[in-house]
Amino acid sequence: MNAPGLLRTTWILLRKDLLLEWRTRARLNALIFFALATLLLFSFALGPDTTLLARHGGGYLWLALLFASVLSLGESFRVEQENLCLDGLRLSPTDPQAIFLSKALGNALLLVFLGLTLLPVMIAIYGIELKMGLAPLLGILTLGCTALSAPGVVYSAIANHARAKDVLLPLLLFPLVIPALLAAVKATTLVLQGDPMAQLGSWVGLLSAFNLIYWGLGLVLFPRVIED
Amino acid sequence: MSPPNALVLDDVSRRFGRRWALARVSYTLPTGKALLLTGHNGSGKSTLLRMIATAVRPTAGRITVLGHDTREATEQVRREVALLSHDSFLYEDLTAHQNLVVLGRLLGRPDPAGDSRALLERMGLSARGSHPVRHFSAGMRKRLAIARLLAQKPRLALLDEPFGELDPAGILHMEQVIEELRAEGVGIILATHLVEQGERLCDVRLHLVEGRQVTP
Repeated sequence: MNAPGLLRTTWILLRKDLLLEWRTRARLNALIFFALATLLLFSFALGPDTTLLARHGGGYLWLALLFASVLSLGESFRVEQENLCLDGLRLSPTDPQAIFLSKALGNALLLVFLGLTLLPVMIAIYGIELKMGLAPLLGILTLGCTALSAPGVVYSAIANHARAKDVLLPLLLFPLVIPALLAAVKATTLVLQGDPMAQLGSWVGLLSAFNLIYWGLGLVLFPRVIED
Repeated sequence: MSPPNALVLDDVSRRFGRRWALARVSYTLPTGKALLLTGHNGSGKSTLLRMIATAVRPTAGRITVLGHDTREATEQVRREVALLSHDSFLYEDLTAHQNLVVLGRLLGRPDPAGDSRALLERMGLSARGSHPVRHFSAGMRKRLAIARLLAQKPRLALLDEPFGELDPAGILHMEQVIEELRAEGVGIILATHLVEQGERLCDVRLHLVEGRQVTP
């Protein structure tokens, strides 16, 4: 019997990861509350100045998503570490590129879902008006989340071998995703506050380029990272 | 043309940090023979099985499994070899059935759900197929791990302490499964502390002491 191709294998693994996520909903709930608490803490730290909150809302949204992504990435590899399931997949044998794609897509989906949950809360408590509508914001949310998850999966797999993995992952990931974070924050702020100088395209371009580079690198590097 | 040897170990060593887990082991297992691997805890049995399964690479030396070099034809070796390890490779929050179905889909089986039901039946786990693995006892996990190995339909089965955590009935069942595998022509490498049982099931023996092979 022929083994399934890359896309079919990715789909099988993604379904498995989503099923595991659904089975352990407590984890997803904890992630949502953590991200919501982060948003609220920023508003408490800055006080009741809604102008200031609205101006920096995009930044706070992405910081909440970045912090949540570290938890989500760590958790997605903890599942594979338990009973050495990742070894089980490797030895089946499963295409390691499909493992990368499924993990990266799964984490991106989770972050997009988290972003969609945070958006109405942010709009309400920061007093934000959507100047350019919801569609561009959803596009940026998707691009930003995929930009966090692709390098995140590679570094999470690297950190997984270390003893201090919870500390190592943010140490490795945060400096790397600065360009993506900057582009996502700027693009989100422009969508929220209007774009009179037509700068949105260049930030979206940077986000797209970051995605292309790191999804490509992930496909090449991840198989080496998970081998002995 | 005669079939390739089931296993050829050519001066194989493996180091973890400063410690040599396995040192200069050479051995040839002809096709059709079952190998019993014995030795105390930490003697290198599990490391050797994990190297044959390509989970870890040898630091030095060469391993050939069913005619395939483990470094050069890793994927081919993985297609033909299955490992029953101390770690079960099972997802705790999936049910027993779901664990086997996911594996069946990854292997491209035409009816993964049917295969899973048949394997659960064979291992006496039909009634627990819809239960998450997290709620299984150690013995049930071991039986499910064996079902997972059988799902791979290997040509060479690597069994690391297959009797561990099983009750007497489970041990008898496991012996029966090994005998059935042998009858189907599947090669067996069995690592166990239960030497008497192992000798009954296997033809030849390799004894390891602190990573070195010795004559038992």
